[in-house]
Amino acid sequence: MPPDASKPTATVKDNREKMLERAMSRHHYSGDALIEVLHAAQELYGFLSIPLLQSIARKLRLPPSRVLGVATFYHFFSLAPKGEHFFQVCTGTACYVAGAQSLLDVLERRCCKSGGTSPDGKVSVQSARCIGSCGLAPAVIYDGKILARLTPEQLNAELDRIGVK
Amino acid sequence: MTFEELMEQQARELERQRALSRRIYCCTAAGCVSCGAEAVRKAVAAEIKSRELDGTMEVCGTGCMGLCSQGPLVRTSDDGALYGNVEAADAAALVSAAPADDPRLAQRRIDTSTPFFVKQKKIVLANSGVVDPERIADYIAAGGYQALAKAVAEMTPREVIAEVRASGLRGRGGAGYPTALKWELVAKQPGATKYVVCNADEGDPGAFMDRSVLEGDPHRVLEGMAIAGYAVGAQQGYVYVRGEYTLAIQRLQAAIRQAERERLLGSRIFEDTFQFRVDLRIGAGAFVCGEETALIASIEGRRGQPRQRPPYPPESGLWGKPTLINNVETFANIPPILVNGGEWFAGIGSAPSTGTKVFALAGKIVNTGLIEVPMGTSLREIVFDIGGGVPGGGEFKAAQTGGPSGGCIPAEFLDTPVDFESLARIGSIMGSGGLIVMDKTSSMVDVARYFMEFCMEESCGKCIPCRAGTAQMHDILTRILKREATRADLEMLERLCVLLGETSLCGLGQTAPNPVLSTLKYFRREYEELLPAEHSAAGGER
Amino acid sequence: MSVKTLVIDGKAVTGRAGETIFNVAWENGVRIPRLCHVGGLSDVGACRLCLVEIEGQRKLAAACLTPVEEGMVVHTSSERLKEHRRLILELLLAERNHVCAVCVMNGACELQDLAAELGVDHVRLRYRFPKLGVDTSHERFGQDQNRCILCTRCVRVCDEVEGAHTKDVFGRGSGSLIINDMGGPWGESDTCTSCGKCVQVCPTGALFSKGKSVAEMRKDRGFLKYIVTAREKREWIR
Repeated sequence: MPPDASKPTATVKDNREKMLERAMSRHHYSGDALIEVLHAAQELYGFLSIPLLQSIARKLRLPPSRVLGVATFYHFFSLAPKGEHFFQVCTGTACYVAGAQSLLDVLERRCCKSGGTSPDGKVSVQSARCIGSCGLAPAVIYDGKILARLTPEQLNAELDRIGVK
Repeated sequence: MTFEELMEQQARELERQRALSRRIYCCTAAGCVSCGAEAVRKAVAAEIKSRELDGTMEVCGTGCMGLCSQGPLVRTSDDGALYGNVEAADAAALVSAAPADDPRLAQRRIDTSTPFFVKQKKIVLANSGVVDPERIADYIAAGGYQALAKAVAEMTPREVIAEVRASGLRGRGGAGYPTALKWELVAKQPGATKYVVCNADEGDPGAFMDRSVLEGDPHRVLEGMAIAGYAVGAQQGYVYVRGEYTLAIQRLQAAIRQAERERLLGSRIFEDTFQFRVDLRIGAGAFVCGEETALIASIEGRRGQPRQRPPYPPESGLWGKPTLINNVETFANIPPILVNGGEWFAGIGSAPSTGTKVFALAGKIVNTGLIEVPMGTSLREIVFDIGGGVPGGGEFKAAQTGGPSGGCIPAEFLDTPVDFESLARIGSIMGSGGLIVMDKTSSMVDVARYFMEFCMEESCGKCIPCRAGTAQMHDILTRILKREATRADLEMLERLCVLLGETSLCGLGQTAPNPVLSTLKYFRREYEELLPAEHSAAGGER
Repeated sequence: MSVKTLVIDGKAVTGRAGETIFNVAWENGVRIPRLCHVGGLSDVGACRLCLVEIEGQRKLAAACLTPVEEGMVVHTSSERLKEHRRLILELLLAERNHVCAVCVMNGACELQDLAAELGVDHVRLRYRFPKLGVDTSHERFGQDQNRCILCTRCVRVCDEVEGAHTKDVFGRGSGSLIINDMGGPWGESDTCTSCGKCVQVCPTGALFSKGKSVAEMRKDRGFLKYIVTAREKREWIR
C-alpha cells in the first residue's frame, strides 16, 4: 500500500506545510486563487485528502462545500492517493483511431477502470485528452514518460514486469 | 529599453549568429521530445564540447518543425538541410565538416522541395523551428517586440485597432469573430480596469496547434497580448493554459521572466507610461473551460460552469470588468500584422477569411504534423499534396474538422476551400484547426459515438439538455453499434440533436450534436445498416 | 427608471427596465414553466424550461435571465417550445429514480405538476437507474439523491439568504451530487443552521422534513420572497 501522503513522516523534516502556506500567501490568501492553491497542494502531497481540503478552506476563508465542489469539478485533482505507477492513456482522436481503446481495455481488465486506482495500489489509470503526440499514436504517458505507438502486447509485458496479476 | 536599444540588440545577436560556422537546430517540441529529441540535442552538445568547437558551432532546441511523423527533426543552418528520424549516434556526423556527405545522415535527409514544405505559408509558425524559444535574444534577432515598440511609440490605440481591422483577422479559436470588432468593444468600455485573456485551453482531441505555438514561440503570444492591452486599455493579462501542457507552461513562465527582465513587459514599456503584466492561470482538466464564461469562472477560482450571455465578456467579464478573450493563434498573428500592415495580411487567403490557418494533421495521413496554409486552400490540396495522402495508397473516406463541435467531410467535398463560410455550408466548422483523416477502416457511427462520449464526460452538468441529453445520445449510439437499437431510437437521436442544438446553455451542448448530424447527413447508410433487418430501409419493409 | 411596452403571447404589457420577461409575464397571468427559478434567489438559467421565442432573434432566450426591451414580441408557448419542454422533462424523469408512489411529495411536487401540465405521461427514453443514496443523518431533514434534479435552488438559498453555504455541487455532468460541507453526512455538518430554507425551496422530494406524512409535506416557497423582500426593501408582503 502506498504511504499516506497526507501525513508528514516523523523522521524526515516535512516542509510541505510551509511550502503550501507560501503558495497561499503569494496569492494573498484570496479565494480567487483556490485552483492555483489546489494545484500546489496536489503537487506537494500527491492527492487532495479531506483534511487537506479542510485546512485550505479554513486558510482561504472559503466554505468547505465550495472547496470540495471546485476540487471535484476538475479531473486533474484527485481525492484518493495515486498508485505506484501511473498510466495516462491518450484518448485524442488520432490515438483513438489508432487503437487507444484496446489499451484501456487491457488496463481495465488487469488493473482498474480509467480514473481509478487498482485495489492493490500498484497502478492508477487515467485517460488524457490529446497530449499532442498525434504522429505517435497511440500514445501513453507512463510515470511521466511518453510511450509511443504502444501495442497491447507491449503493455501486457510491462504490467507483467511490474508485478501486476 | 528604447526602440533603438531593441534594434541594437537585434543587430548584435544577428552578428553573433552570423559569426558562427553552424547552428544546429533540434526540434524540441513535445512530439519530437517523445521520440528522443532531448537525447539528440545532448549528444550534439557533448560532441561540440569534446571537439572544442564551442566558439564556432552551437546547438539549440526549437519549436515544432512541422513534420512530426519523422521526428526527431534536425536542421543545419549553413546548408539549410533538414534531417528526420535523427538519433544520438548521428551527433558526430552533424558537427563534422560536411554532414550531408555522411552516408547515414544522407539517408535521413528530407526533401524540402515537396508540397509539404513549398505549399505552406508561415506567419504564425514563422519562428517555429527557427528560434530557440528559451532565449529572448533569438526572438529579438528575428524581429521580436518591434511590433510592440511600433504600437507604443508610434501609434495610438485607435490606429492599432484600425490596422487589425484592415487585416480582416478573425478569431482563430473556431468561432471566427472579427478580432478588431471585439477589441473595439472592449476599448470603448468605460473604466480603468480591463483584462486581456489568452485562451490556451486547447481541448479538442487531436488538436495541438496552440500547444506548438506556446512551446515554440511563446514571446510571439506575449507580444500579441501586450499590443492588445495597449489597444483596449488593459494593464493585466492572463494566459489560461491547460494543466496537461507542462512544457508550454515552463516555456511561458521563462519567457515572461525574460521579457520582464528586459522591460518588454511590466511597467514603463519602451519608456512609455504603458504597463502590461502577464500571469499564468493553469487549467485543471475541464474542456468546458475553453468556453469564455466558464474560463472566466475558472480564473475566479470557481467551478468552470458557463453562464448565460449577454452580458458578453467585453462588457462584463473577469470580476465584472471588460475583458478581451482571444485564442493563442489570434494573438500570434498580431505582431506580423503591425509590422507588415493590415493590407498585407488581407491580401493572403480569400476574404472574408483572410490570412492563414494552422492545422494539426492526424489520423490516416502520411505527413502527420503541423501545417500553416492560406485560408481558402482546398481540402484536397491539404490532404493529398501537403499531407501526402492516405498511407499505403488507402482510400480517403472523410476528414473531421472542428473536434467535438465539428463535422465529417466526405470525399465528394474534397475541393471545398478551407475557410469559415465554406466549411459551415457543408455542415462542419473550421474549429481550432484539428484535421483528422479517416479511411475505410473507420466506422462513422463509432466516430460520432466517440465525440458524444467526450461531450458527455466534459459536460459541466449545469443545464439539463446537455447533461442528460449527451448521456442519452451516447447510450443510443452505443446500442446502435451493438445492433441493439431500433428505428425509434434513431428518431429519438435526431430529436435530441435538435433539442441540444436549440436549448443548451453554452456552445458545448449546442454543438455536441454536430458530429452526429454530419455523419447522418453524409453516411446515413452506416447507421441504417446497423439497425435490425425489419427496421432498416436497406432491408426493406416486412 | 423607464417603463417598457412589449407584447407577450399577443398581449400588450408593460415592464420596468431591468425586469425579466419571466416576472413581467407572471404579473400578467402568463405562467412560463420553470424549475430552477424561484422568486427571491439569483437566476442561473439552468433548467432551460423557461426558454421563449423573441421575434427577430434566432436563438431562444431564457425568460428568467432576459430583461424586457421596448417593442419586444415574445412567444412563450409555441408548439416548438412545448415539444422542447416535454423532452427536457423526459430527460429528467429518465435521469434519476423518480418514483412518485413512494415519495413524500407525491401530489405537491413541482416536477410532477409540470409533467402533468405539459402532458408528459410516458417517457420515450431509457431509464438510467443510477445507484444513489439517501441521507437521513440530520435531526430534522432528509436528503434523497434519487429525486434530485440538480436545480441548485438549495445551494443558492443557503448561500444567498441564510449565508451558511452548507451545500454545493460535487463532481460534474450527470454524476453531479449535492453535498454538505466536505461531503460528509448532513447531520455532521458544522455550517448548517437547520433553518430549513433548502427544504422549502426544493421543487421535488429530494429535500424533505422528517416525520411528515404525504398529506402534511407541503412546501412554502412564497415564504422566501417574503423574507427577501423584507430584508431588501423593508416591505412585509404577506
